[in-house]
Amino acid sequence: MRAPMLFIAASLAVVAAAHAGSGAPVPLRVVGDGIPEPLAGLAGDPARGRAIVVDRQRGLCLLCHTGPFPEQRFQGTLAPSLAGAGTRWTVAQLRLRVADSRAIDPATIMPSYHRADGLARVAKPFEGRPILDAQQVEDVIAFLATLQDKEGPKR
Amino acid sequence: MTRRGVLAAALAAALATAAAAQGDGRLSGFAFMGPDTQAMQKDDTANPGMLWVAEGEALWSQPAGQSGRSCASCHGEAAQALPGVAARYPAIDDATGEAVTLDGRINLCRQRNQQAPPLALEGRDMLSLSAFVGHRSRGMPIDPPDDPRLAPVRERGEALYRLRQGQLNFSCANCHDDNAGGRLGAAPIPQAHPTGYPIYRLEWQAVGSLQRRLRNCLTGVRAEPFAYGAPELTALEAYLASRARGMELETPAVRP
Ligand code: HEC
Ligand code: HEC
Ligand code: HEC
Repeated sequence: MRAPMLFIAASLAVVAAAHAGSGAPVPLRVVGDGIPEPLAGLAGDPARGRAIVVDRQRGLCLLCHTGPFPEQRFQGTLAPSLAGAGTRWTVAQLRLRVADSRAIDPATIMPSYHRADGLARVAKPFEGRPILDAQQVEDVIAFLATLQDKEGPKR
Repeated sequence: MTRRGVLAAALAAALATAAAAQGDGRLSGFAFMGPDTQAMQKDDTANPGMLWVAEGEALWSQPAGQSGRSCASCHGEAAQALPGVAARYPAIDDATGEAVTLDGRINLCRQRNQQAPPLALEGRDMLSLSAFVGHRSRGMPIDPPDDPRLAPVRERGEALYRLRQGQLNFSCANCHDDNAGGRLGAAPIPQAHPTGYPIYRLEWQAVGSLQRRLRNCLTGVRAEPFAYGAPELTALEAYLASRARGMELETPAVRP
């Protein structure tokens, strides 16, 4: 399991994406190795978050990850299991991991779910839009926080 | 990468499909398929791609255009037609100095030599003719020309292969070099060798070109797909062919 990298908080403190339309990402307020405040001050819902995580069009998480989702066939093998993620990481760390994985490791294959800048050749329908909006990110974070070690085997 | 090496080696060992393994870690997409799909490809009576080959063979001797000539008029009858040619494409068209794909080459012949309108890319007739011409190289090694004019085309293709793109921010290499042998959800990630094109893809329920496959991969990462016939796709094809030099052509392959 990789430890979170130390990274330059200053330059990444606010990734101010262009607020072109309604679907544009909100600014990410990074402090240290996490984002302590909920995006846009929104409260997340763990049940909605779970639905997003297992959804292969919206969350896409199981394309790469496995996790404690016994009903889900064909989970990916490109990333560590999500089981116990809420034990391993603080909510602030999880929020940065999901909203902007690139800030942790620019070479990661995990997409930055709440950034729309720094991308090339994005298909028209997705241009300027994050993969998950602020509410969806908060829902996913609320769900990940419930993934405590007792809930699934640590792989 | 090391991970790729380990996975490829494990796969090569696990799958006793000697035909698909190169002994240098390179594997055809064939090696990543289940036994049922492999069996379907190997049996000509079960391989649906053979229907396109048969249609292409029929088209081969049909006169077209103002010339009133068929492909066979100039290139000889089907049983002798163009052996090993598909294994060399993309190649440079001497008249223009531009790189052309096999489908592009067929359309140049239609226009210049048959005085016929070009066939629609990805249309039934083009896929049938290219399946037929491809099949005429089946079992032969992929043999990209040593033409210095192709070097910049391959370089451009490689740059596109390594470009992270789309909303999901993936390069081809992120999947096909770094994570080949892994599974993306249900799909095993192959090494992206263009060994069987055009292919019969079960998901399409039809034969489709390499360009259709590449457009699918681009759409999958939510990138703008290049148009059929675009120079970028020719460049990617040329790079993929150079990566697969020496691998055996399987046209028409079956893929999931
Ligand atoms: C394209 C593949 C991919 C997708 C899609 C993806 N991830 Fe990841 N994720 C990774 C990889 C790879 C890592 C390992 C760290 C790294 O390489 O950056 C990772 C790491 C993580 C971690 C830290 C894991 C740990 O405990 O060490 C969490 C949490 C996480 N991802 C959550 C998610 C969630 C939630 C989603 C969906 C909203 C998601 N990921 C989608 C590839 C992916
Ligand atoms: C997110 C991962 C991913 C990315 C990025 C990706 N592909 Fe693929 N590609 C796949 C998967 C998975 C398959 C196999 C699909 C199947 O069998 O259903 C595939 C299939 C292929 C094949 C077919 C191989 C065969 O045996 O017929 C080729 C060629 C290919 N990709 C080339 C590319 C190129 C070139 C790019 C970049 C423009 C690219 N791919 C980007 C995942 C990816
Ligand atoms: C009037 C004669 C003529 C006809 C008809 C003709 N071709 Fe050609 N073809 C040529 C010539 C001559 C070349 C060599 C390149 C050139 O000068 O265009 C060629 C080259 C080719 C090549 C490339 C060969 C290589 O070695 O790279 C392919 C493939 C091809 N033709 C396919 C076809 C197909 C398919 C048809 C029918 C749709 C067809 N041709 C009809 C004369 C013809």
